[in-house]
Amino acid sequence: MSDTSTLLPCEQPVRFLDPDGTATPHDPQTGAQLEARGYAIPSDDDLLAVWRGMVIGRRFDAQATALTKQGRLAVYPSSRGQDACQVASMLALEEGDWVFPTYRDSMALVTRGIDPVEVLTLLRGDWHCGYDPSVTLTAAQCTPLATQAVHAAGAADGLRRRGRGGIALCLVGDGATSEGDFHEGLNFAAVFGAPVVYLVQNNKYAISVPLAKQTHAPSLAYKGIGYGVPSEQVDGNDPAAVLAVLRAAYRHAREGRGPMLVEAHTYRMEAHTNADDATRYRTPDEVEEWAGQDPIVRLQAYLVGRGALDEARIEEVKAEAEALAADLRTRMNAEPVVDPLSLFEHVYAEPTPQLLEQAAMVRAEEALR
Amino acid sequence: MTTQTQDRATPTTYAQALNAALRDALREDENVLVFGEDVGQLGGVFRITDGLTREFGEQRCFDTPLAEAGIAGFAVGLCTQGFRPVIEMQFDAFGYPAFEQVVSHVAKMRNRTRGAVTMPMVIRYPYAGGIGGVEHHCDSSEGYYVHTPGLHVVTPSTPADAYSLLREAIASDDPVIFMEPKSLYWSKAELELPVRTEPIGRAAVRREGSDVTLITYGPQVPNALKAAEVAAAEEDWRVEVVDLRSLVPFDDETVAASVHKTGRAVVLAEAQGFAGMGAEIAARVSERCFHSLAAPVLRVSGLDIPYPPPILEHSYLPGVDRILDTIARLQWDDEPDLTFLDGPLGQEAHR
Repeated sequence: MSDTSTLLPCEQPVRFLDPDGTATPHDPQTGAQLEARGYAIPSDDDLLAVWRGMVIGRRFDAQATALTKQGRLAVYPSSRGQDACQVASMLALEEGDWVFPTYRDSMALVTRGIDPVEVLTLLRGDWHCGYDPSVTLTAAQCTPLATQAVHAAGAADGLRRRGRGGIALCLVGDGATSEGDFHEGLNFAAVFGAPVVYLVQNNKYAISVPLAKQTHAPSLAYKGIGYGVPSEQVDGNDPAAVLAVLRAAYRHAREGRGPMLVEAHTYRMEAHTNADDATRYRTPDEVEEWAGQDPIVRLQAYLVGRGALDEARIEEVKAEAEALAADLRTRMNAEPVVDPLSLFEHVYAEPTPQLLEQAAMVRAEEALR
Repeated sequence: MTTQTQDRATPTTYAQALNAALRDALREDENVLVFGEDVGQLGGVFRITDGLTREFGEQRCFDTPLAEAGIAGFAVGLCTQGFRPVIEMQFDAFGYPAFEQVVSHVAKMRNRTRGAVTMPMVIRYPYAGGIGGVEHHCDSSEGYYVHTPGLHVVTPSTPADAYSLLREAIASDDPVIFMEPKSLYWSKAELELPVRTEPIGRAAVRREGSDVTLITYGPQVPNALKAAEVAAAEEDWRVEVVDLRSLVPFDDETVAASVHKTGRAVVLAEAQGFAGMGAEIAARVSERCFHSLAAPVLRVSGLDIPYPPPILEHSYLPGVDRILDTIARLQWDDEPDLTFLDGPLGQEAHR
């Protein structure tokens, strides 16, 4: 029987910064627990990197939403509000690590260094996945919920077998924790000791269905114990806590101690996508309350308070973010070049005789256009 | 199977041929991994993986938790790291929990990523009936997979093909749905391994004939050959039997060449007939061979009911009689078959 106390998360989500940017006071017991679990507030330099990533990431996110209004994107699921999770989870990774993201993790992929145009290919609609997963070590953004949880377990097992280091990070949302594949992923990862971290961004809604209708668990992090997976919960709008907890989780996986599950309590500030109307299922008061927990405001106040960040640097990074948005606008406004015959190229290694017949038909149809 | 090696050939069952193929693949390529439910210590409920864990160790052939979506999804993840998983679904109907992984990821990953991430995996499905199995153990589930672009679907009917097609499937860079008729696991042939037969995508003419083409695959191939024999002996119908071997890619060429020659075609499949693989074959033959046909293409299939309990399965399964009755309706005396006609003529025919 394993020691179950190490499997359960802290009773309260780990937090280092209060919403106003001041350091969260911890009673001695909590302080000792955080220390025992290896959580310490990160350095100013590390937090400056997260802050910069969030400022740029949020600008990207706003630009992508604007592109839907101009008809340049078919749809865009925003992750505004989840900025701390999106950015800190990526910056804490090391070379050789793999990421298994969802459709709501575009900001994370931009933070990871993937060309924003390639990130948005799926949503522009000129192909499914725009970047090369084998080069970026980032799986195609996953739409069928939680199906990537078992991929991440398998990939992590593969990384373990190769023996060259590397872990897998699997991003899922709160709704996806109800799917069978989430549970099978945790179970397989635990049984095979796969180096994978599951980060649940609990943004409180699965499209319109609130968390209360999703689960009766004390917290989503409690879903780890049944599989023998150590779990943690963190204030997902506190970038310092997210970075500290994920670093410890990645270290756990990297040291060969198997998978970890981290639940980040956060909030989806926008509707599910631009096509959704969130006023039908949540109140302005609720949204307003979460606006007061903004991760960028929180971290910026902390860093400015410590003298680690000044107005000049803030303007500099804002300009950097604007430049990225302008470049994205320009490139997304160009009409994508598509070739109907490319539809037949990657169905199989070699097209079947039947596909060659259909390709000939499409070629003839195109010639008449 | 070939004559020059007959002296060294030994009686080999279909199951043994599969086992040998897995063993040889594990030996030759360290990226090959075999896993699933009960495939380790036990050697699989049909003993297809017998001895592999002992020979190659727990890291190469291993048991997984009992979760088929997990097995398939875990294999997807391993493919991203360059492995070649060969996974077992234990029984046709036990494979359904993995359906989403197979359809949404295994089949589409190459396409979604423009060839950057391939899924060189084999999913083995012991399938079909005729073994007295209780419910959920006898489905002919190939129709679901042949309808899904991105999958190759093969189903060997001989021990030689079992070995050769499995080796080729494991070496393939495309995902292969490998359908093993359970009723043929204990069928035998004189075989010297390793053996190589025709590649995936090619059908085989198992018996030459000039009067009618009987197109079939998997568990019904032995029935087709038996029916052809009876037809020759009792009716002097020379039946050509085409074993498809590979459902996707489909060998239109071999099938059409045979029907052009014989002028008549019957499609034989054990699965439920409605909208199934048999329907696709019949449509393809009609499209390609209309002007060579002396009679409509007819189908012999299972019934459009859930697979029956074991004591009733003989009523479901296409047998020699159902095949011969169908061949008999191919307008041999130049009289039209009015079975499908409404009105007095059709009613007369039904009597």
